[in-house]
Amino acid sequence: MNTTSIMIVGVGGQGSLLASRVLGNLLVDEGYDVKVSEVHGMSQRGGSVVTYVRFGDKVASPIVEDGEADFIISFEKIEAARWAKCLKKDGKIIVNTQEIDPMPVITGVAQYPHDVLNELKESGAFVDELDALSLAEQAGSSKAVNIVLMGRLAKYFHIEYEKWINQIEKLVAPKFVELNKKAFALGYNA
Amino acid sequence: MKKLMIGNEAVARGIYEAGVKVVSSYPGTPSTEITEFAAKYDEMHCEWAPNEKVAMETAFGASLAGVRSACAMKHVGLNVAADPLFTLSYTGVNAGLLICVADDPGMHSSQNEQDSRHYAIASKVPMLEPSDSTESYEFAKAAFELSEQFDTPVILRMCTRIAHSQSIVTIGERENRDRQTYVKNGAKNIMMPANAKHRHPVVEERTNALTVFAETSAFNRTEMGGTDIGIITSGTCYQYVKEVFGDSVSILKLGLVNPLPVDLIRNFASQVKRLVVIEELDGIIETHCKNLGLVCEGKDLFTPLGEYSQKSIAKVFGLADKECFDTQTAIPVRPPVMCAGCPHRGLFYTLAKNKVTVMGDIGCYTLGAQKPLDALDAVLCMGASVSGLHGFNKALGNDSMKTCAVIGDSTFMHSGITGLVNIAYNNSNSLVIILDNSITGMTGHQQNPTTGYNIKGDPAAKIDLESLCRAVGIQRVRVVDPYDLTACDNAIKEELEKNEPSVIISRRPCVLLKSVKAKPPVKIDTDKCRSCKKCMKIGCPAISMVNGKAHIDATLCVGCGVCEQLCAFGAIE
Repeated sequence: MNTTSIMIVGVGGQGSLLASRVLGNLLVDEGYDVKVSEVHGMSQRGGSVVTYVRFGDKVASPIVEDGEADFIISFEKIEAARWAKCLKKDGKIIVNTQEIDPMPVITGVAQYPHDVLNELKESGAFVDELDALSLAEQAGSSKAVNIVLMGRLAKYFHIEYEKWINQIEKLVAPKFVELNKKAFALGYNA
Repeated sequence: MKKLMIGNEAVARGIYEAGVKVVSSYPGTPSTEITEFAAKYDEMHCEWAPNEKVAMETAFGASLAGVRSACAMKHVGLNVAADPLFTLSYTGVNAGLLICVADDPGMHSSQNEQDSRHYAIASKVPMLEPSDSTESYEFAKAAFELSEQFDTPVILRMCTRIAHSQSIVTIGERENRDRQTYVKNGAKNIMMPANAKHRHPVVEERTNALTVFAETSAFNRTEMGGTDIGIITSGTCYQYVKEVFGDSVSILKLGLVNPLPVDLIRNFASQVKRLVVIEELDGIIETHCKNLGLVCEGKDLFTPLGEYSQKSIAKVFGLADKECFDTQTAIPVRPPVMCAGCPHRGLFYTLAKNKVTVMGDIGCYTLGAQKPLDALDAVLCMGASVSGLHGFNKALGNDSMKTCAVIGDSTFMHSGITGLVNIAYNNSNSLVIILDNSITGMTGHQQNPTTGYNIKGDPAAKIDLESLCRAVGIQRVRVVDPYDLTACDNAIKEELEKNEPSVIISRRPCVLLKSVKAKPPVKIDTDKCRSCKKCMKIGCPAISMVNGKAHIDATLCVGCGVCEQLCAFGAIE
């Protein structure tokens, strides 16, 4: 069973649902069997969130576990480290270097480990860092971090650029399509 | 047409295609989207009922009148609807009736992880359990035929992983059905003792007939592979088993999980060397197998706690862990928090400051329990804040203690009103604070009877909370703006001092509502900031300390001004 596993991780409210929708629908159109597992409800409220996307000829489990992810797309720095144990030895982490303090850091009971990505790299993980927040702002909205990161993921995929853009046109509200196309391009070319 | 759908959308599609005309539900993660997707189809009347009991009884009425009907709820919602469920089993249906219930193993968004299959067994109602979106769609649709064939409501058991996982569904067309004739039939529909006595044997015969049906039904299937291990499983666990073993083991996959087949299981067991039952939560299938005298493994290997996964199953069978990265650095936890500008924050801060013992309830505001607010003392179930407070205060008698209940507008509609009636009627010196944010927040913004809009967003009758509280016998009812800390403080102190029941309505719409316009973010004057961290006491995710001074994240701040009122040095403006 040849299944590719992707994790989209971040902080509730960062727009990972749209990212997984773009990716999932693209993969369906490419003829794959696809499963996407989301998180709703209480964990959305500024908590750590994870979405799993799996595709292949026939996908069984909708979730991704330790050592199984081909890609981890992290919307925030320490979220990449939190889920890094799920990465395959030859998997790739794409990470937005934005730092969002979790409540224990805000209240001073924990420290934010600013250097955690270097530790991951030293342990041999492939880490592709980009400042997706600045790129999203450059595209016109800080909310487009999700699409910037999809653009980045597209670089590692065999699927044509235009097909990604078609999904954005299908799934994003018309007035935000241009902004998101720009965000996608910025991520792709970063 | 092929479509990627979450399980809940697939259920809604199945309901739609089955020709259902009435869907009544109360929102609850992970079941909410069933009804939200159903409401997109104009051919069906869909609604948010005030609670699950009302929803199920509405579906009962619609079925009795002769149209196919459905209701949806989370697992704990079925507790609320248990009363109609048990007797619906006796009356049966006129047109098909589907009860969708979503369990939450792992408690992603729930206060317990009860196993709804016990309800199917106890009420003697058939239960279907899908393992992906395709089955969610097919089972929901087929449930109506099952319901009509056996004259029974049918329960569709979802779980978080099925409800919120997307997979590909090939959808069909809606079946247009005429309303079946309603014929008065008291012997079947008036459940008083004389009639119910004649219905109970019918229920028992039905269970026998359903057990026979289960032996050959397409809901259950055997997938023979290697025979060293034979696994009986259902729902999401089936997918994990397939992930781990592929075709190397034999599988009996049960889609009809109540009643369970006998010969099918015996026959399967006879063909494998080792029989293992893999089911999340309680060992219900396992107990059934053991009652049949079969030797099998189950909860001796697997935990009754939380969700399973391919990893947890592989581990039990001694398969090697996959190689993975490990970071030494401690990663701080990131629990969910109340949003920046959440109207509940100011009120919780005031309650904590006044050292009030607070009975909490179910909703976003349960997050008030977390540090640094740490404002709650107990949370049990929907509505229990109000009735629990009454009991607490009755127990206190003349002992002096500052107590109150906090309950959201939707939860108050759901099951807080009766508790308030009790406070008035049985006269306890209780303060109930209704956190009216004008929406059902936690489940993702559903309308409710206090908002003035229905599920489609059309104008609807709106409950006047002040009048309602007065009507049940509460004389002291007042409204405060939770952004105004002084007003909150005054109201809470005054009402706690009074020797009679009172209600404070803390009214301010949820900041995430599109109709709520954010104010410009506040700024810190770092020269004035004395680093006292007073502003950090409200647990606002927009406030942190940067280089020893308070710092506002302008992308999160909505300018609610609560922190501004806390700063003694005028550093926030």
